[in-house]
Amino acid sequence: MPVITYLEAIRQALFEEMAADGRVFVIGEDIGAYGGAFKVTDGLQERFGESRVIDSPISEQAIVGSAIGASYMGLRPVCEIQFIDFIASCFDMLTNFAATSRYRNGAGVPIVVRGPCGGGVGGGPFHSLNPEAYFLNTPGLKMVEPSTAYDAKGLLKAAIRDDDPVLYFEHKFLYRRIKDDVPEDDYIVPIGKAAVRREGSDLSIITFGAMVHTALDAARQLESDGVDAEVIDLRSLAPLDREAILSSVAKTSRALLLYEARRTGGIGGELAAIIAEEAFDYLDAPVVRVASQDAPVPYAPPLEAAFLPTAAKVVDAARTLVKY
Amino acid sequence: MKEDRKASDALRPNQLLEMYYFARLARDVEERLVILFRQSKVIGGLYRSLGQEGESVGTAYALERRDAVLPLIRNMGALMTVGVRPLEIFRQYMARGTANSRGRDLNIHIVNLPDPDADEPVIVGPISMLGDSIPVAAGIAMGSRMRGGDRVAMAWIGDGATSTGAFHEGLNFAAVQKIPLVVVAEDNKYAYSTPISKQMAIEHIDERAASYGVPHEMVDGNDMLAVYDLAKRMVDRARAGEGPQLIGVDTMRMQGHAQHDDARYVPKALLEQWAAKDPIARFRTTLVEGGAAKKKDLDDIDRMTRDYAAKEADLAVDEPMPDPESVTRGVYAGDKYTVPHVELVRSPFAEEM
Repeated sequence: MPVITYLEAIRQALFEEMAADGRVFVIGEDIGAYGGAFKVTDGLQERFGESRVIDSPISEQAIVGSAIGASYMGLRPVCEIQFIDFIASCFDMLTNFAATSRYRNGAGVPIVVRGPCGGGVGGGPFHSLNPEAYFLNTPGLKMVEPSTAYDAKGLLKAAIRDDDPVLYFEHKFLYRRIKDDVPEDDYIVPIGKAAVRREGSDLSIITFGAMVHTALDAARQLESDGVDAEVIDLRSLAPLDREAILSSVAKTSRALLLYEARRTGGIGGELAAIIAEEAFDYLDAPVVRVASQDAPVPYAPPLEAAFLPTAAKVVDAARTLVKY
Repeated sequence: MKEDRKASDALRPNQLLEMYYFARLARDVEERLVILFRQSKVIGGLYRSLGQEGESVGTAYALERRDAVLPLIRNMGALMTVGVRPLEIFRQYMARGTANSRGRDLNIHIVNLPDPDADEPVIVGPISMLGDSIPVAAGIAMGSRMRGGDRVAMAWIGDGATSTGAFHEGLNFAAVQKIPLVVVAEDNKYAYSTPISKQMAIEHIDERAASYGVPHEMVDGNDMLAVYDLAKRMVDRARAGEGPQLIGVDTMRMQGHAQHDDARYVPKALLEQWAAKDPIARFRTTLVEGGAAKKKDLDDIDRMTRDYAAKEADLAVDEPMPDPESVTRGVYAGDKYTVPHVELVRSPFAEEM
């Protein structure tokens, strides 16, 4: 099996889905001749032409709005948001139009809206966002975020084939840092299914995206203390794999919720509520959240390091948790 | 573009009667809705198009049957013209479980998505963020073109919604991509209570299109045939590959934003001035004086539409509300609880296919 990067896996998924299905097209800013700000769509326009690889004006509402309209006509649009922070500019189109369409009139909106999320690269306040909490309260949308190259490809294929609007967050820190075995054969990673990245018995670290790697790093450090951490990679943020979350907590009786977005109002709150409501009897300790600080994302490296969750912060929280 | 001959000169007598019928039907359906509103049978607000029925019909009448329409709340005339059965409108306003949205959404927020090759209208009702219709309309026309179709999308937009970012992003995108989109920008003088002078500093609403390189022209919105003539030209150009077009409609909203609004902010003199230009009365005069119809024919249509609206309203009144158990159904695919289809009907004046 070829070893490719997370970024190449995303590109492969786009190539393969466009080659296999004439209804699939991509639209976004600078994605054509330039190949996208991170080169995810490099070579796509050469292969599929300008009518299926559409360079848009800097107009996120037009990108997503026209994708909704095209999806009504049977197409399968994939929108690129150059940095996921800019998804705020089409929040209305996604939450009011796309998310409600099927419920209101039975008109499904099979679009994918993908873009680079996350910090750790000195992107500052407007190029570092993790936006999942903004959309978690919007039924009708699905959300995924891969942590491996294998999942990056399989989840994107699943998202393109899905009949509902899917937000696909790709963590820019992982683009070229993460490589793994990716089959050349067609496969999908089903939306709504978590993965166990490390089996353990003392606590469950429930996380996703780049934080999966932070969690695995922390788990290795905890080993020397004799602490055996399980790492759950959610992969899908909507819908959540409740069964995987609850069965892990039932096994370890301790839950550490790790997410890169800001702490308050984040997805960790929802996970904590699910665990409290459905697995309270299994818990030996209060649920713990490790997340970013409640501030805009800062630019300077020492500030961003203080802002983001790190393996050291996870290790500290885990040690406290197992001692409870 | 100079035309020696107006498109409306080619309209046959039964087509002129049909246009009259659609405008009349739009008004009568709304009159019925007023009665239902006063009986508290309409659940939410009721938004009249009084005074704007003519431009709604005149623009929509220029479309082919397979084209796409994205109406606003005040385009009842367009919905009647593309053949939406009035029963569908009454069901929606009264939140019946039989409605296109099964009671999930209100008024004319309806959707009809036929098979891509079917000779049937695509209908996408607005959401309350009205400017959103423009990018979506652009996507529908672009999508049709990508699949080898030649559907034109027509989207109506009020003076207020032309101030939204979505309108500008959508129109600009359509222009760059040369998408067959016809935007009908209605200057009906007020957006809720805000006069157009507080909405834009340009003199005519169609100038909104100028900076996008989109051809634009104003028309007297209360002259149904003038509206039809301009719309036909714009639709033909869009279909011929000349890109988006914008029709600026000069008209007047003759009632408040919705039934609760007494529109005290509108000067009486302005309403009187426009009342004298009522589009249906004017069209009636045109038809009778031009010899296209006899007064009796038109009286017959008036009776026909009034009775039809009343009967359709009665049918809807007897239909049930949605089942509360259905509240979370159809949020995601896999449960076809709502389906994007409305019942379409032909007018009594439609010619045999």
